[in-house]
Amino acid sequence: MAEIEVKNLTMIYGGIPEKALEMIEKGLSNDEIRKQTKQVVGIKNVSFTVETGEIFVIMGLSGSGKSTLLRCINGLNKASSGSIIIEGTDISQVNSQELRNIRREKMAMVFQRFALLPHRNIRDNVGYGLEIQGLARDKRHDKVMSVLNMVGLDAWADYYPANLSGGMQQRVGIARALATNPVILLMDEPFSALDPLIRQDMQDELLEIQKKLHKTIIFITHDLDEALKIGDRIALMKDGEIVQMGQSEDILLSPATEYVARFVKNVDRSKALNASSVMVKPRSVVYPKDGPRMALHVMERFGMSGLFVTDKNGVLMGYVVADDASRISNLGERHLESIILKDVPTVPPDTSLADILDIIAISQIPIAVVDEQNILRGVLVRGSVIAGLAGLRRDA
Amino acid sequence: MDYIPRLPINKWTDAAIDYLQQRWGNSFDTLSENLETMIVHLQDYLLFIPPALFIIIIALLSWRFADKKMAVFSIIGLYLIYNVGLWAVTMQTLAMVIGSVVLCVLIGIPLGILSAKKEVAHRIISPVLDFMQTLPAFVYLLPAVTFFGLGVVPAVIATLIFAMPPVIRLTDLGIKQVPEELIELGKSFGSTFSQMLFKIELPLARSTIMAGINQCIMLSLSMVVIAAMIGAKGLGGEVWRSIQRMEIGTGFEAGLAIVVIAIILDRITQSFGKSK
Repeated sequence: MAEIEVKNLTMIYGGIPEKALEMIEKGLSNDEIRKQTKQVVGIKNVSFTVETGEIFVIMGLSGSGKSTLLRCINGLNKASSGSIIIEGTDISQVNSQELRNIRREKMAMVFQRFALLPHRNIRDNVGYGLEIQGLARDKRHDKVMSVLNMVGLDAWADYYPANLSGGMQQRVGIARALATNPVILLMDEPFSALDPLIRQDMQDELLEIQKKLHKTIIFITHDLDEALKIGDRIALMKDGEIVQMGQSEDILLSPATEYVARFVKNVDRSKALNASSVMVKPRSVVYPKDGPRMALHVMERFGMSGLFVTDKNGVLMGYVVADDASRISNLGERHLESIILKDVPTVPPDTSLADILDIIAISQIPIAVVDEQNILRGVLVRGSVIAGLAGLRRDA
Repeated sequence: MDYIPRLPINKWTDAAIDYLQQRWGNSFDTLSENLETMIVHLQDYLLFIPPALFIIIIALLSWRFADKKMAVFSIIGLYLIYNVGLWAVTMQTLAMVIGSVVLCVLIGIPLGILSAKKEVAHRIISPVLDFMQTLPAFVYLLPAVTFFGLGVVPAVIATLIFAMPPVIRLTDLGIKQVPEELIELGKSFGSTFSQMLFKIELPLARSTIMAGINQCIMLSLSMVVIAAMIGAKGLGGEVWRSIQRMEIGTGFEAGLAIVVIAIILDRITQSFGKSK
């Protein structure tokens, strides 16, 4: 189900937007519009949907309109045209009372510079949203402590923000956003102000929390590595428009424009790509009841020196090599069982390339990619891994 | 240069004051009576407290909000005032200052909030404040007398004009200085106007507003001597009388008492802005 549906959203900064909207319609560039109307185009004809429980990352450089877009979704910026539908309600059409209720109950925001109130202790910072809803202090306590516990800061409830490090402050920011139990989290570059190491911890922690809570998250970042790590889907923005939208592999392996290509050039692919994005289809497998002649025939046809063996359901059983097959074939054996190598290297589909490299470097045979049921999903051969690192399509 | 005949601003002003006096004279009288009652009551309360107890209370406040040195200074300074027989007039002055400052705060902070929130209000209030701050006090002292008669009331009114601008300006500034992200925080969690004001804006503007109130107190005290010329009693009255009689020593004593009060009030109120 689509939680958030943004349709043809345009947002113009400054003054009455009608004239600028007309100019966009005519296809004038942002620069021309700025020169003629002195208005700035923040968002230009953007459409996308975010599914329930999805992490949708909006990425772009500063000035690309990503923060503007995020602020349209909770109404901090008013859309000039188009619609933003959240659970069936168009945010751009509601009155201020309804908007306030939606902000109180449906969504919460996490800020780049944490936005903690310096005059309140951690407990009262986290309880802010509940307090705004009108919950009395003693009723807030349990909820506040449970979210503080979730981010590992329950011991800090009585401290003030100034006593906490940046990473801890942002944990408080996240706890505050979770306290009202909203369905939607809006995260505006939440980890950009943190040190690289802390940032990675926070990313992991966010993914952990997401596993438990299944929020619908819109996550803004200018860091592609972060986007690839966190996002279920990514939208790349430039000059107020979405230039490409898709899953991380789509963006990494088939950039839609020169701009996206330049963006992804420097990304650390070994961390961003995983086994499933570079594996090749197991072109052929044999079953244990197949004889060695059959195996040799298949190897010859595909020019390989070995084959994976699976049962009828695709569960991986092992690997046979050509030398063994021809040896037992000469002995007149009719079954492969005796020569199946059981000890083959396997990885789950979400293993990062960086980890695969270590295994593939020492393995004589290809690596099997198997899922939780041990069903063979694909094969990693050196060629496909190197192609992935070089940024080529998997079937190239 | 002389194409336009002389503009009779003086006559217009006189006419305006005459009109105000005829049309609103009764209201001014009522206001005057109320103000007078308020200040006199305050004076009585202050004089009702035994000097020794008063000194101890102030010393404890100084200790709590400033430091030990300030507590010692308060004891010595206030005892000195008592010793030279200026206790009663000092309490008169204090009552006038407290009354004026309370009124400045009650009127000034809402106006400051209005000015910070509404650009139109800011554009109207700002030049009026410029006017209040630069117009020489003597110029509005006289009309104050014509409206409110001689005594403590015109002095309080003149003090309001003189001392309120920093409260308004710094409230306005303090609210405008609240970081944009914290404003967004308030809005994004669905705060109402008053929740924004009382939970985010005013707490964050507190130290700036306290600086404004501190300035207001200092300006009120400096108005004390000027106000003595229109019949306000207190320490200013002492100074004024000794100037007329060429009693330099007595004048110095009263002046010293003003300084002592000023330092104590300044240090205590300054710390309100800093403490957590």
